[in-house]
Amino acid sequence: MAAEPLLSVRGLRVTFAAPRGLLTAVDGIDFDVQAGEVLGVAGESGSGKSVTLRSLLRLVKPPGHVDGQVVWRGRDILSMPEADVRDIRGREIAMIFQEPMTALNPVLTVGTQIRESLAEHTQLDAGQRKARAVELLDLVGIPSAKSRSEDYPHQFSGGMRQRAMIAIALAAKPRLLLADEPTTALDVTIQDQILKLLLRLRRELQMSVILVTHDLGVIAQTCDRLVVMYAGQVVETGPVAALFAQPRHAYTLGLLNSVPRAGAIRQPLASIPGQPPSLLDLPTGCAFAPRCRFVTAACSTARPPLVEVAPGHLSACLRHRDVAAA
Amino acid sequence: MDSATPLMTVEALSKSFVYSATVLDRLRYGGRRTVRALQDVSFVLRRGETLGIVGESGCGKSTLARCLVRLHHPDVGRISFAGQDVLALEGAARRAYNRSVQMVFQDPYGSLNPRMTVHQMLAEAITFHGLCAGAAVDARIAELLDLVRLPADAAGRYPREFSGGQRQRIGIARALAVEPECLIADELVSSLDVSVQAQIINLLLELQERLHLTVLFIAHDLRLVRHISHRVAVMYLGSIVELAETERLFTQPAHPYTAALLKAAPELDPARRSVVDAVRGELPSPLNVPPGCPFHPRCPKAFDRCRTERPLLRERAAGQVAACHL
Amino acid sequence: MALALPLVRRRPRWRVRPPLAVGAAILFGFLVLSLFPGHIAPYDPLAMDYTALKLPPSLSHTFGTDNLGRDVLSRVIWATRVDMQIALFCTIFPIIFGTIVGAIVGYYGGLLDTIFGRVVDITIILPFLVLVIAIVAALGPGLINMYIAVSIVGWVFYAKIMRAEIQVQKQSDYAAAARVLGYSEARIIFRHLLPNAITPIIVYWMTDMALDILLGSSLGYLGLGAQPPTAEWGVLIADAKNFMNTAWWMSIFPGIGIVLAGLGFSLVGDGIADIFRRQR
Repeated sequence: MAAEPLLSVRGLRVTFAAPRGLLTAVDGIDFDVQAGEVLGVAGESGSGKSVTLRSLLRLVKPPGHVDGQVVWRGRDILSMPEADVRDIRGREIAMIFQEPMTALNPVLTVGTQIRESLAEHTQLDAGQRKARAVELLDLVGIPSAKSRSEDYPHQFSGGMRQRAMIAIALAAKPRLLLADEPTTALDVTIQDQILKLLLRLRRELQMSVILVTHDLGVIAQTCDRLVVMYAGQVVETGPVAALFAQPRHAYTLGLLNSVPRAGAIRQPLASIPGQPPSLLDLPTGCAFAPRCRFVTAACSTARPPLVEVAPGHLSACLRHRDVAAA
Repeated sequence: MDSATPLMTVEALSKSFVYSATVLDRLRYGGRRTVRALQDVSFVLRRGETLGIVGESGCGKSTLARCLVRLHHPDVGRISFAGQDVLALEGAARRAYNRSVQMVFQDPYGSLNPRMTVHQMLAEAITFHGLCAGAAVDARIAELLDLVRLPADAAGRYPREFSGGQRQRIGIARALAVEPECLIADELVSSLDVSVQAQIINLLLELQERLHLTVLFIAHDLRLVRHISHRVAVMYLGSIVELAETERLFTQPAHPYTAALLKAAPELDPARRSVVDAVRGELPSPLNVPPGCPFHPRCPKAFDRCRTERPLLRERAAGQVAACHL
Repeated sequence: MALALPLVRRRPRWRVRPPLAVGAAILFGFLVLSLFPGHIAPYDPLAMDYTALKLPPSLSHTFGTDNLGRDVLSRVIWATRVDMQIALFCTIFPIIFGTIVGAIVGYYGGLLDTIFGRVVDITIILPFLVLVIAIVAALGPGLINMYIAVSIVGWVFYAKIMRAEIQVQKQSDYAAAARVLGYSEARIIFRHLLPNAITPIIVYWMTDMALDILLGSSLGYLGLGAQPPTAEWGVLIADAKNFMNTAWWMSIFPGIGIVLAGLGFSLVGDGIADIFRRQR
């Protein structure tokens, strides 16, 4: 990848001052997003994936504390004045969330909410905004867009609300869309529709997407590249096809093995023993070491760095060769 | 699966929930709103098998589970267990039935009484049904904890001291304390992380083997259901649309909805992606069940008969029934 | 492979915060005064000393004396017992009866709920104080009749709270699990749901006790509660009303007693609510 990345994250660290101590939600991570790609961020609860996404737009408030660099088109978002960040939010980088009912304002019509975003981020006049709002609802696949734009969020079904939220997010034609578990709360057939919609929009609007999810199937079907997070650290990153075919980190391997595959019916799944570590008390060295079946002494002494194990494929596992052979 | 003897037979179960009419309801719908949760559901549960039930929101699978344990009372229909009419049982016979058929719930955080220790919960179940007394109770509790792979000192603790996966184990232990023949798992692992799901599924498989349990496994995750079920039933808007042996259902579905569901579920293979929506249209609400076949508004193969006549379950191949006019 | 239990949280069940400690200390102090007034009070509360009328606070009479030469400190101490009794006896029937009725009505709903709703309507329409005074007026002044009057009206509020809480708890999965396990309804209501619904009742009880002391004092002031020469904070203040300018110590100290009692109950109530909240 010789092209300049659209978004570049270096050394991102997010901590929360909790009554019981310092909670490290994100422990110094690096990753890039290229133009036009769908980057998946996979991990289970406590991995830090949602916090990462929110910190990109400076949505993390005290007692949360964010360090590091988030370089967007040459400028570091984390050190910009607040007014400039507000400019970027909604216009260049937009975000959609898991629960559309809480993310949408229940007392405003959907059309009003889209027009609000347009008013804030574009130069269109009132008439143009109205037309554009209907266009957007049509773009996201809501039938009878004109009449539906006067409906309130509670009059939409779950899938429709998610589409409406996408329409609001896309109002100002952002270059990057952050999606925090957008389909987790939806049924399978509706999830399928929404994911296909996102891919279509990515193509038509030439947008990049960062998709945070815990569902490996969603990742497999939508993402180009993948970042795997565990206990606030990036453990592996690379092209989705490569990671799924040959994971190079013990956690990724464990995760893929825990998902049932057709064929071995009713056999025990290869589960990962134990539980994720407490974020108040991360172990020294690799955070996954206490649960890892490939663990060696070296794994617990120092945190393994991300090294390139194949072109574009990085892993923070000292035993990555053994993992590949497994 | 040892034999094909029926353990439980469900015949023509129907259940509707009526919401008392508000003034707005009268103006809008002309009367009370009726949710048709179950419509004429019939099936046989065989001893020793795992029957998976899948479906999306509003399909009635949870209502069905609750009718089987008599949390809801069906309007019409019959449930037979060991030759008895379950719905007519009272008093001691009913308690005996409760012992035979137990349920584990979805929400690990709401299904355990926050004010009781694990020991109290288990001891109550054991002593209420007169299964043992005195010192034997403590021994039995230790046995149960060991069965679900929790340490012995868990007994003196309160639910809030445990993680989600551990709480589900406690829920399973509580259900097993009364020595049931049949266990109904209503979305047992849906709230858990992928790696924890695998642990609980393995536990379930092992317990079924050891205790010769019959399991009714309700879920929306098709991969999981395929992995552990002998037979699978697919529900849509209150009816069973297909019921077949697992592999047959997943490789040669006879109903268009089953086919759509399988297509919509995101596959773990990044190489196999499609851009076409698996199913068009919204998930209908059980407030408005379409006439004829409930799936006809979204079915790509619907024809005239589908709109007027409701299809019944017909045998398509050995052990496979589907409710479709095709 | 039995897993070791890496616990999510491991903290002591009861962690007492300062406000709760202060409240508890106040109430404990009052409890001691209520149980052993004879040992603590320096003088007989009824003993009149005509040579020591309306003396300001001094070494021999820490709170001064009243217009009949009685030691104010001793009277305030003896009044503590009466006022604590008021707090207890005004609430004991309401909390027990109200909790039981509320739990049953909340669980079963239906006709019981409709009837209960009307009872509540009737009770709230009329101001509490007016109702109590009316009943006391009918039965005659005195503490026992005050207890009866307050009990007749007061249980409704507890029942309302319990009804609402039980309705919420009834929807939970653990309640469903108890039904699936075949437990009797009485067991479900009282062993499973009630402990989870009791917190707002306890908090309300604390506030209620403080308010009942005020009520007792108000009725005492009006001559409808404790009758003189019984020492009760309200009665003491009533006795002192003609001497506010000349002998301020006669009314201030009983007043402080009332305030402290209210504070004590309030802090304990909040503290308990806090503990239960943290336990979830």
